[in-house]
Amino acid sequence: MSETGLAVWTIVVGALGNAACALLGCYLVLRRISLLGDAISHAILPGIAVAFLLAGRIAAVPMFLGAVVVGLLTAFLSQALSSFGRVSEDTSLGVVFTSLFALGVLLITNVAANVDLDPGCVLYGLIEFTPLDTVNLLGFEIPRAVLTLAPVLAVTIGFIALFWKELLISTFDAGLASAMGLSANVVHYLLMAMVAVVTVASFEAVGSILVIAMLIVPAATAHLLTDRLMWMLGIAVAIGVASSVLGYFGAVWWNTSVAGMMAVTVGAIFGLAVLLAPRHGVLVKLVRTLDLALRIRGEDVLAALYRREESHGEGEALPARDASRAAGGGNLGRLALMRLRRQGLLTWVTTNALGLTAMGRVAGHDLIRAHRLWEIYLYENFSLPLDHVHEPASRIEHYLGPDLREKLAAELASPPSDPHGRAIPRPPSDG
Amino acid sequence: MMMTLTYNTAIVLGGTMLLGANAGLVGTFAVLRRRALTGDALAHAALPGLCLAFLIVGQRNVPALLTGALVTGVLGVMTISFLRRMTRVKEDAAIGIVLSVFFGAGIVLSRLIQNLTTTGSKAGLDSYILGKTAGMVAQDVVWVGGLSLAVLVLLVVFYKEFQLVSFDPDFACSQGWPVGRLDLSLMGLIAATVVIGLPAVGVALMAALLIMPAAAARFWTDRLSSMLVLAAVLGGVIGAVGTMASASVSKLPAGPVLVLVGAVVFLASLLLGPKRGVIARMRRHLQFRREFAERSLLIQAATAVNIPPWGSTNRPWNGFTTEMVAETAGWPGSVVKQRLRQAERRGWLATTGDGRHEWTDSGQTRAAALLRGRALWKLFLLEMPDLAGSLADLGEESPEGVLPPELMAPLRAKLEAMQARAGQGSEP
Repeated sequence: MSETGLAVWTIVVGALGNAACALLGCYLVLRRISLLGDAISHAILPGIAVAFLLAGRIAAVPMFLGAVVVGLLTAFLSQALSSFGRVSEDTSLGVVFTSLFALGVLLITNVAANVDLDPGCVLYGLIEFTPLDTVNLLGFEIPRAVLTLAPVLAVTIGFIALFWKELLISTFDAGLASAMGLSANVVHYLLMAMVAVVTVASFEAVGSILVIAMLIVPAATAHLLTDRLMWMLGIAVAIGVASSVLGYFGAVWWNTSVAGMMAVTVGAIFGLAVLLAPRHGVLVKLVRTLDLALRIRGEDVLAALYRREESHGEGEALPARDASRAAGGGNLGRLALMRLRRQGLLTWVTTNALGLTAMGRVAGHDLIRAHRLWEIYLYENFSLPLDHVHEPASRIEHYLGPDLREKLAAELASPPSDPHGRAIPRPPSDG
Repeated sequence: MMMTLTYNTAIVLGGTMLLGANAGLVGTFAVLRRRALTGDALAHAALPGLCLAFLIVGQRNVPALLTGALVTGVLGVMTISFLRRMTRVKEDAAIGIVLSVFFGAGIVLSRLIQNLTTTGSKAGLDSYILGKTAGMVAQDVVWVGGLSLAVLVLLVVFYKEFQLVSFDPDFACSQGWPVGRLDLSLMGLIAATVVIGLPAVGVALMAALLIMPAAAARFWTDRLSSMLVLAAVLGGVIGAVGTMASASVSKLPAGPVLVLVGAVVFLASLLLGPKRGVIARMRRHLQFRREFAERSLLIQAATAVNIPPWGSTNRPWNGFTTEMVAETAGWPGSVVKQRLRQAERRGWLATTGDGRHEWTDSGQTRAAALLRGRALWKLFLLEMPDLAGSLADLGEESPEGVLPPELMAPLRAKLEAMQARAGQGSEP
C-alpha cells in the first residue's frame, strides 16, 4: 500500500471509530454517566483477553459477544454494588472497573508472554498498524479494522434512529418515560451494550484509555456549542472526525502516537470551546459581564448628571473625578466614561468637566422616569417605607425598558410625582 | 511454601506495605468525600508530568519525575474544579475529559521520549503505566516511609478539622475554619500519595489502591477513627500479599496483582462485615422478618379470642383453632400453620392433637404486651400524626422506651380511658 494509502486508511479507521464513539458519547454526557463509559472501556479488557486466548487471534464475533456481556456485567455489577451493597456510586464503579481491568491486564500479559505483544498497546492502541492488516473485498485491499468499524458505525446510527424517542425521553425525563410505559432501565442497558460494542471495535485502533476520550470529549464540546440534541450529535461527530484527521497529521509531524495525538487534539478543541463558545464560553461570558458592568456604570453617571440638571439647571457638568466616582471608580469607571463619550451621550463641557449631550439628556430622562415609577410601584404595592424604595429602584432602573415603563405608568395611572415628591419625567411624547 | 526473604524482597515488601497503609489512610477521606474517581483522574493526569520531567532533566531522576507527576496531577484536578464551577460541564464528564486528554498527552510525550532515547530507557517510563514494584530500592522505601509518616502526623494533628470538613463542611465554615484550605491540603495529601505510588502500582491502577482498602474498611465500622486504622491495616496487608504473590510468579506485573488482592479483600469485607456486610444484613433482615411474623401471629391469635388491649393475663385465655386465626388474619392456610408451629417451638403456645392451640403463661404475657404496644402505637399515629414521621419506629413492639415520657403519658391515659369505657372488663 502506498504512503497516501496508509495515511488515508489510518484516518478512515480513526474517523469511523471516533464518529461512533461521539454519537453514543452524547447520550453518556447528557445522562451524566460518562464514567460508566470509562468503566466499560476498562472492563472489556478481560473479555477481549479471553476471546483472544480462546480464538488465538482477533476474531470479530466472539469478541463482540464477549464485549456486550462484559459491558452489561460492568453496568449491572456497579449498580448492584451501590444499591444492594450500600456502597457509594463512584466507589462501586471504581472497584468494579479497576478489578476487571487488572484482571484483563494480567490475562493480556500472559498472552503477551506467549505472543510477542506489547501490553501497553492495550492502553493506547495500534492504529498505525491497522492499514497493514487487510482483507480482500471485491478486488480491493481494505483494512480489516474498516470492515469492523463501518458496520459498527452503521449499527450505532441505526440504534439511535430506531430508539430516538425512547433515548430522548429517558435521557431528559426519566420519570415521564416510566409514566409512558417506557422502561428507562431497558434503554439504559441497551445503551451500555452499544457502548461496549463500539468500545471493542475502537479498541484495536485507539486502545481502552483513549476510547474514553473519544466517547466523552467530542460530546462535551458539542454540549458547550449547542442546546439541541440533533445539532449536538452532528457537531460531536464532526469534532471526532476532525480530531482524527488533525491528530493523524500532528502525529506524523511530531513522529508520535496517533491515538495520543487524537486525544490531545480533541482536548485542544474542547479547550477552545470552553473559552470561546458563543453562549457558554468562559471568555464570552466574561465579555458579556464586562459589557453589562460598563453599561450599568454608564447609566449611573447619566442618572447622576440628570439629577444635577434637575436641581441646578441644564448644562450642569461634573468634574472628571466626580464623574469617575459616579461611575463606580477604578479602571472600569474610566472605561464607562469613555464609552459614554464614544456613544455621544457625554461630552467635555469644560476642559475638566463632563456634561450631558442632548442624547444623553434623553437617556437620563428615561432612567429617572424608570427609577421613580418603580419607587411608586414599590411604595404602593409593597408598603415599603419611603427610605427603602430608593435603593431597589436604583438597581431595577437599568432593566426597565420603554415597554415596561409605559406598562408601569399605565398601571399606576400616570402619576405626576414619586413618593418623595419629585416630579416624574413625562414620557417622551409629552415633550 | 517457605519463602526466603532476600534483602531485595524485604525492601519491596516494606515499601509496598507502607504505600498500601498510606493509601488506605488517605483513601478513607477520598472515599468518604466521593472523590474516589478524582483520584483516578489525578493518577492518569500524572503521566505527562512524568514525561516532561524526564525530558527536562534528561535522565531518570525519581524525585524529579515525581515532582513533574505531582504538578500535572494537581493541574488536572484543578482543571476538573474549574470546569465544574465555570462551565456547564458536569463533574463526571470533567473527570473523564481530564483523565483521557492528559493521559493522551502523556502517551504522546512518552513516544517522543522513545524516539529520542535508546530502547533501554523506554522501559523505565512504561513501568509507570502498569507499575513495577521490583524496581524499588531502599531509597524509594525511605521516600514512601517518610511520606507516610508525614501523612500520619498531619492526620493526627488535624484530625478534628479533617473530620468536620469531611462530614459537615457548612458547619465548619460557619465556625470560621478555613474549609477551602483544609480541602486543598487533603487533596494535596491524596495527590502526594498517588504520585508516590505510581512507580509501584502504575498510573492505570493507582486509583484502585486508593479506593479498595478504605471501601473495604467501611464495612467493618461506622467510626472514622476505626475506619482509618482498619484502612491502613488492610492497605498494608494488600501491599504485602500482592507483592508476595507477584514476586512468586515472575511474569506478573505488580499493579494488577495488588488490585486483584484488594478486590478479594473488598469482596470479603462486603460479605462478612459485621454491621454493613451483606451476610450480616441479610441475617438481620431474616431475623426481623421472623420476629415480625411471630408478633403478628400472637396478635392475630389474641384478637381471634377477643382479647382487648388492656386484657389481663391473670386468668388463662381461651384456646383457639387454626381456622380461627386464619379467618381473623386473612392469611393463607400454609402461612398460618407455619407460624403456629414456630410459635409453639418458641414456647408461646401449646398444641393439642386436634388442631386446637392453648396459650402458655409466657405466651399470654407476651401477647398481652404486644397487644398493648400496638394499641399505643395506633393511638400515637392517630393523636400525633405530625410527629409520626420523626419519632415513630414501628419496628419496636411498643412506644415505651421509644417516645419520650411526656408523649407517653397522654397515650397511656387515653388507653386507660378506652378501658374504662369498655367497662373495666378483661373477660376474653
